[in-house]
Amino acid sequence: MGRKRADAAHPLYLEQVSDGVLNPGEESAQIPMNAGHPVEMEPLYGDYPLDQAFDEMREPSGEVRAQYKALAETLASLPAQELQQRKQSMDLAFLTQGITFTVYGRDEGTERIFPYDLLPRLVTAQEWDRIERGLTQRITALNLFLRDVYFDAKILNDHVIPRDLVYSCKHFRRQMRGLQVPRNVYIAVVGSDLLRLNNGEFVVLEDNLRVPSGVSYMLTNRRVMKRTFPKLFASYGVRPIEQYPQLLLATLRSLAPEGRPEPNIVLLTPGVFNSAYFEHTYLARQMGIDLVEGRDLVTHDNIVYMRTTDGLKRVDVIYRRVDDDFSDPLIFRSDSSLGCAGLFNAYRAGNVTVSNAFGTGLADDKAVYAYVPKMIKYYLGEDPILENVETYLLSEEKDRKHVLANLDKLVVKAVGESGGYGMLIGPHSTAQKREEFARQIEANPRNYIAQPTLDFSRAPCLVGDRLEPRHVDLRPYILFGDKVNIVPGGLTRVALEKGSLVVNSSQGGGSKDTWVLE
Amino acid sequence: MLSRVADSLYWMSRYLERAENTVRQLDVTMGLMLDTGANVESRWERMVAALGKPATMEWNGSQEQMARKLVFDQVDPASVTYSVNAARENARQVREEISSEQWQRLNRLFHQIHSPHAQAQFSSSVSDMLASIIDGIYLFKGTTDTTMIHGQGWHFIRLGRYLERAYATATLLEVYQPDLFQQTAQERAGHMHLELVGLLRCCTSFEAYCQVYTADLSPDRILEFLLLNRDFPHALRYCVDGARQAIDGIQHTGGRRAPDELIASMGKLHAMLVYTSINEILAGDAAAFLHHIREQCLRIHELVYRYYVHYSIQSALAV
Repeated sequence: MGRKRADAAHPLYLEQVSDGVLNPGEESAQIPMNAGHPVEMEPLYGDYPLDQAFDEMREPSGEVRAQYKALAETLASLPAQELQQRKQSMDLAFLTQGITFTVYGRDEGTERIFPYDLLPRLVTAQEWDRIERGLTQRITALNLFLRDVYFDAKILNDHVIPRDLVYSCKHFRRQMRGLQVPRNVYIAVVGSDLLRLNNGEFVVLEDNLRVPSGVSYMLTNRRVMKRTFPKLFASYGVRPIEQYPQLLLATLRSLAPEGRPEPNIVLLTPGVFNSAYFEHTYLARQMGIDLVEGRDLVTHDNIVYMRTTDGLKRVDVIYRRVDDDFSDPLIFRSDSSLGCAGLFNAYRAGNVTVSNAFGTGLADDKAVYAYVPKMIKYYLGEDPILENVETYLLSEEKDRKHVLANLDKLVVKAVGESGGYGMLIGPHSTAQKREEFARQIEANPRNYIAQPTLDFSRAPCLVGDRLEPRHVDLRPYILFGDKVNIVPGGLTRVALEKGSLVVNSSQGGGSKDTWVLE
Repeated sequence: MLSRVADSLYWMSRYLERAENTVRQLDVTMGLMLDTGANVESRWERMVAALGKPATMEWNGSQEQMARKLVFDQVDPASVTYSVNAARENARQVREEISSEQWQRLNRLFHQIHSPHAQAQFSSSVSDMLASIIDGIYLFKGTTDTTMIHGQGWHFIRLGRYLERAYATATLLEVYQPDLFQQTAQERAGHMHLELVGLLRCCTSFEAYCQVYTADLSPDRILEFLLLNRDFPHALRYCVDGARQAIDGIQHTGGRRAPDELIASMGKLHAMLVYTSINEILAGDAAAFLHHIREQCLRIHELVYRYYVHYSIQSALAV
């Protein structure tokens, strides 16, 4: 906010008082191909390794999978520099459009372009059908679980999930006990992470039920891809995803408090220094709603208002991109200035909807995750369509012994973290790092889980002037208002470092457009 | 419109206007320093005074070093780079409110001034480098007028632009005014012509002045033109009219009704510039007149803040 500088000697330098620091900006080898390959694209491929990991584009024999044939032919037909040129013009577009994210831990507030790969990842209709059914089932069960835990706790009474596991979860919010949320929807916006294993099956790695991000990259990637490969795109019959912002708006509207037919919906952002700030502005603009920060909001008599140039205006629905902890200093962390004092009480009074609800992090705790297949069975009486990744709970003594003995082969994760922070990848770690983790595990076993180091699928990426396979995951975006709604596609994240298994944007990952075919 | 958003748009605009003003004054001053007999230090000091006397910009003997600092310093609030950074940072906080074209244009200006090329260009041709910054700012303004909805946000942008410009012009005239009238005839004869052209060029108004008065430069006419002309965008009267229209515009696009205090302040300023002749101003205390205008600009800024951005919750709930 602006104010006049007190020093009368510099009257012209009427200064705006900034809330943060101003940050200035930053920022062919041709190896013959396996003999007998059908399409002429040898120069592009170079030494493209195929091993036991599932390759999205090619069969183990080296043959290009049916759905990738048209793409492979297009690539082979383009002159070598053409791909480079298209890539460069796209990079420039991303930079001038300011499609960036912020990296923590280095220079605070450093902006980077989100690295982006030119080639789309293709998902067939059958594959998508299974993903869609599996996620719908899973989200439905997770939502029922949240409702149950915060009300009757039947699943705990029936000993399906250990009681202390739930109550010791750092994202469990006792304030949510017995609090009725609109339509019983706790998790309106979800972005689950899927991996594809060697057998070609998709499994769920994580359910991101708090404030999943990345959907803006899914949307901008698509826009850029349509411009870069228009003919190829048209020939493929790709299912559209551009309706996402509208669906999100409809989802939020469906959750508005009763008696508010024209709800005022806002997006609450932590502000410009958040890593996903670009996404917040993008979604707010696409939905035509106001982007608010905590300092724009005030509460009075359990009603939330925002400060406008026409006075205070009531807020009905908050699409929240601020973690629980920072949302309301009166209830959660008192040192946070990102939220709005009194927000939780207004929420409890039913005068404002906050989506996602508070306390949803309970259900994406990495230890609770291990029980999701049991939840699906318990609440829906069905077998899970999408499997979990095998998970060791370090609070169990037997598991812990096994894990500590095999740290060099396993991936260890802190249960309440996300974004690739607080993680040990055994095979790529140092002995010192492993020792450090072993100590932390012994000190607080409930805080960690371990999983096998997964050999998940790889997709071809443009590296220099050749194609090389890189590990990819898939994050579809799920909306849950009146019903579960999943736009066909999602963000395919890529571990851009050769051999790396880490796809998080904060850790050097990139992304690809994902084409779900008709 | 969210108060915070209005605040960011207003400041984005003010900072860009400030950058433009600084660049132009620097360009003119460096031009004047080339002439024989010019006292380099006093030229620099006058410019610094017209920029509001930032202490960090005191003459250290090296013109090159000072100019570079005034353009490129990252942390000094007087520098052009600082203003461009601040403008962009404000824009970044309201990305959803401005058009993508505006954002891209401003982003390009930002990357331009931070590129190594800018430093190199500064060494080879200061004038070209400064001109390219001003071009970037002009492009942003044009993009703003052609791609942004002319709603409340746009009016806040205009309000920021005109208040900043009015304040800067009043300061500039206040600083130049003693030189114009208090020098002896002999002193005037020498470089006076260049000085007068320089003053006009600080406000990009040399050609416009010639259209109205011919190239016959006299201090009182220049003062009349820069203070009282209705049609020239850098004249004070024009800026004040622009700010008044912006306040009206805010009200007509969903902002609250402008309070009487604000209307009165703007009205007084307007009346001062419409119903006073240059002879009356010169017969009286011209310095005090200019000073008063500056104070009114500050007052208007404070009132805008108090009513649109930083109002108390109690008063808002009482309505």
